[in-house]
Amino acid sequence: MTALLVVLVILLFSVSLWQLNKLFILSKQGLKSDEHPGIATDKDNKYNGYLMIAFAIFIYALVIFTFYRWGITLLPEAASEHGVEIDNLFLASWIVIFTVGILMQGLLHYFAFKYRGEEGKKALFYFDNSRLEFIWTIIPVIVLSGLIIYGLFTWVDVMNVSRDDDPMVVELYAYQFGWRARYAGEDNELGKANVRLIEGVNQLGVDTSDPYSKDDFITDVLYLPVNKKVLIKMRSQDVLHSAYMPHFRAQMNVVPGMVTQFAFTPTITTQEMRESDRMIKKVDNINRIRENKSLDLMALGNEGLDSYEFDYLILCNKICGNNHYNMQMKIVVVEEDEFNDWTAEQTRLEESLNI
Amino acid sequence: MSTHSEDMAVDLHEDNGHHKETFVSKYIFSTDHKMISKQFLLTGMIMGIIGILMSVLFRMQIAWPDKAFGIYEILLGKWADGGVMDPNMYLALVTMHGTIMVFFVLTAGLSGTFSNLLIPLQIGARDMASGKINMVSSWLFVVSSLLMVISLFVETGPAAAGWTVYPPLSALPQSIPGSGVGMTIWLVAIVVFIAQSLLGSLNYVVTILNMRTRGMSMTRLPLTVWSFLITAIVGIIAFPVLFAAGLMLIMDRSFGTSFFLSDIYIAGEVLHNQGGSPVLFEHLFWFLGHPEVYIVILPAMGIASEILAANSRKPIFGYRAMIGSLLAIAFLSTLVWGHHMFVSGMNPFLGSVFTFTTLLIAIPSAVKAFNWVTTIWKGNLQMNPAMLFSIGFVSTFVTGGLTGIILGDSALDINVHDTYFVIAHFHLVMGISAVYGLLAGVYHWFPVMYEGKLMNKKLGYWHFWITAVCSYGIFFPMHFVGLAGLPRRYYSNTEFPYFDDLADMNVMITVFAIIAAAAQLIFLWNFFYSIFYGKKGPRNPWNATTLEWTAPQEHIHGNWYGPLPTVYRWPYDYSKMNIDETDYVIPGQDFIPQNVPLQPNEEELDH
Repeated sequence: MTALLVVLVILLFSVSLWQLNKLFILSKQGLKSDEHPGIATDKDNKYNGYLMIAFAIFIYALVIFTFYRWGITLLPEAASEHGVEIDNLFLASWIVIFTVGILMQGLLHYFAFKYRGEEGKKALFYFDNSRLEFIWTIIPVIVLSGLIIYGLFTWVDVMNVSRDDDPMVVELYAYQFGWRARYAGEDNELGKANVRLIEGVNQLGVDTSDPYSKDDFITDVLYLPVNKKVLIKMRSQDVLHSAYMPHFRAQMNVVPGMVTQFAFTPTITTQEMRESDRMIKKVDNINRIRENKSLDLMALGNEGLDSYEFDYLILCNKICGNNHYNMQMKIVVVEEDEFNDWTAEQTRLEESLNI
Repeated sequence: MSTHSEDMAVDLHEDNGHHKETFVSKYIFSTDHKMISKQFLLTGMIMGIIGILMSVLFRMQIAWPDKAFGIYEILLGKWADGGVMDPNMYLALVTMHGTIMVFFVLTAGLSGTFSNLLIPLQIGARDMASGKINMVSSWLFVVSSLLMVISLFVETGPAAAGWTVYPPLSALPQSIPGSGVGMTIWLVAIVVFIAQSLLGSLNYVVTILNMRTRGMSMTRLPLTVWSFLITAIVGIIAFPVLFAAGLMLIMDRSFGTSFFLSDIYIAGEVLHNQGGSPVLFEHLFWFLGHPEVYIVILPAMGIASEILAANSRKPIFGYRAMIGSLLAIAFLSTLVWGHHMFVSGMNPFLGSVFTFTTLLIAIPSAVKAFNWVTTIWKGNLQMNPAMLFSIGFVSTFVTGGLTGIILGDSALDINVHDTYFVIAHFHLVMGISAVYGLLAGVYHWFPVMYEGKLMNKKLGYWHFWITAVCSYGIFFPMHFVGLAGLPRRYYSNTEFPYFDDLADMNVMITVFAIIAAAAQLIFLWNFFYSIFYGKKGPRNPWNATTLEWTAPQEHIHGNWYGPLPTVYRWPYDYSKMNIDETDYVIPGQDFIPQNVPLQPNEEELDH
């Protein structure tokens, strides 16, 4: 099989070289005596000018096609308070980007078509115009100032955590290749921890002599109450990781040797998100794709795929080793009383580590 | 200008500039800038073939993650047992693709080739300030390339921690096999590369400042030379910092220091390292890394400016603004590195500062884009392959640059950082654009490199149009993959059913990528065929004004027979009319070469 493939590749390669050679020879024929096979003639200018217009149409069509075909793949509405602000800023930036992009591509390719070279045509000796240049310096200055100011206000809003918000503290612990969550418990204060204390069942290196550790508890799923600010403190045991929670518009690198943090308020429960129109449509689409794939797999005698149900996710978004592509954790956002019930069921470190 | 060049002029006048040369002194240990530029180009092209081939392999893995391909096993051996790619090998491929393309193809291959070829010829000098240093630089590049290629064959595999080689992943062989010997060789290769780059850059700066011919003031330099000058200066400022970072990483890896390591528990044991920070490495890396992308794109800007003007038969619009914006971009490029680190855990206040400086850099970039479009407005466009690639350059630079507004904005970066959105952005704005600049340069200056021979235009057209369609076909949809929330450097996306709806888009992208890679064969064929069998064209095939087209087609050491040309005007007197507006200044000829004195029927302008 492999040998066949190699032979095939070599064969196809030779054929393409042979064809290229033919093309090369053909392209030399039909030249006038004063023409050179390397220099464009009026005919080349004309054809390539038309192709420029065709290319602009191709770009626009590609944009429309991609939106039509894959618009559904884009992230759904933000499931966090600050995420809405970020999405608005996105929208403002997209308006600027698409306006300028469509205009510039149009002008560039239209000019390339309109002013294609012709024998005897004269180009305009036009080398400077300070007013024009002033205009197209000042317009980006104004637009970008607007975006910078808008962006900075949003950024400060997202990143600043004040004590008045009284956020719930959770530690997110990263290792090759997985995540753990450590909840601070009733005192909302995490016990100290360091990798040097890792031993036996104490896999997160929690300091058992710290009284704050007693009511902490560790889980494999990140449960969050809706509409309550959560401050996620992040710690890594080995290499850089990044906690990426795309549905909440949240991300922060997890750095060995330091504690990083990100705070946000979830606003949509997992259940509500599953029931939103867009998510129903998206999940239906995914399941249709999975069913088709399943049929193919089963035809080959393999196991089929399960049908998919939406869940919020943490993904690792900083290259961290060979299993980087499968370092995930489920986030479940629930109503507050359900969250409290869940909390009550968890085993405290007091008990599991015998503090 | 300098006395040095005049002395040489006299020397060369006497012995006609021709020395008896052996094969070794002519092709291998040559000190002639034209030969050295060809050495850079050839080495860069070989590295480019390797780099692009790697991208085809990992794109196939992304598109068909559950399929085995015999070709993997043939090319990757034990890393693809039974045709199934090893995840470590996938990471090694993306790492080496990035390293090779950024440093070896787009830095040395682009700036090295054209700085060497064009600086002496366009400023009217016999050669570089130091031919020997130039030769050393060229050979260090070859040594560095060889080292990088050798690292592909070590037992534990090549470096696999991403081209940014962030520690601790790159520092600890326990964390990934590629961080063993492969990473050591990677670091040594990069150190040699930095030495190469610094020697070259110093030479370029000295040559441009000291060896301009009589009349060639700074404001009469072609924009290519300006861009090479500024690129070299940025390189001299930025590369030593990477050298320092590389050295510290070597110390951490081999000598037990803790510059970048602290509190690590790996493979069942706690490491002794304490007090270092990976964020420090990120700062040092990106202090080079960001200027580096401008080192890649500035020469392409210079080349595109020159080619757009010559083929539009019009002066470049806003010559001084073009220089000013080059300077502004170069200055700002050293102040924006933090936008790669918005979510690295550094103080959010720093994020605000870097957002501010980053979005500022959009202003000179916008001015350049507007000026290019105005340059082709009302021109008489000669659609040579080089011109097509230059127009393509403006198109991809604009598209890719615009999405920079998203990534440069710290608040928006949170959600697209390290996703495919970033890949789409930088490939368009500095990958594809710089490659277009490189290809445009090769098509345009091929006759200067190969004694008057030209590349075939028909093949050039096929090459351009296939490449142009595929570039957008690959990288426009890729923005969607990122906006959907898919992280980069994932061996397979099938672990997340949530991303199953992106599978067919990934297949489409890969198909475009394979076609694009295959289209480069047209170029390779055209290039090598034309070296041997290309048809000689006229001495000045594009009717351009700059000095390289006044030199004899045959290569002589010293570039010009007799005295060096004297310069009387700027390089953009295309389609200039005489005072009465009845005909061009030189009747029947729509350009005035730089070495033609002011004509009596000509209005003297400010250049």
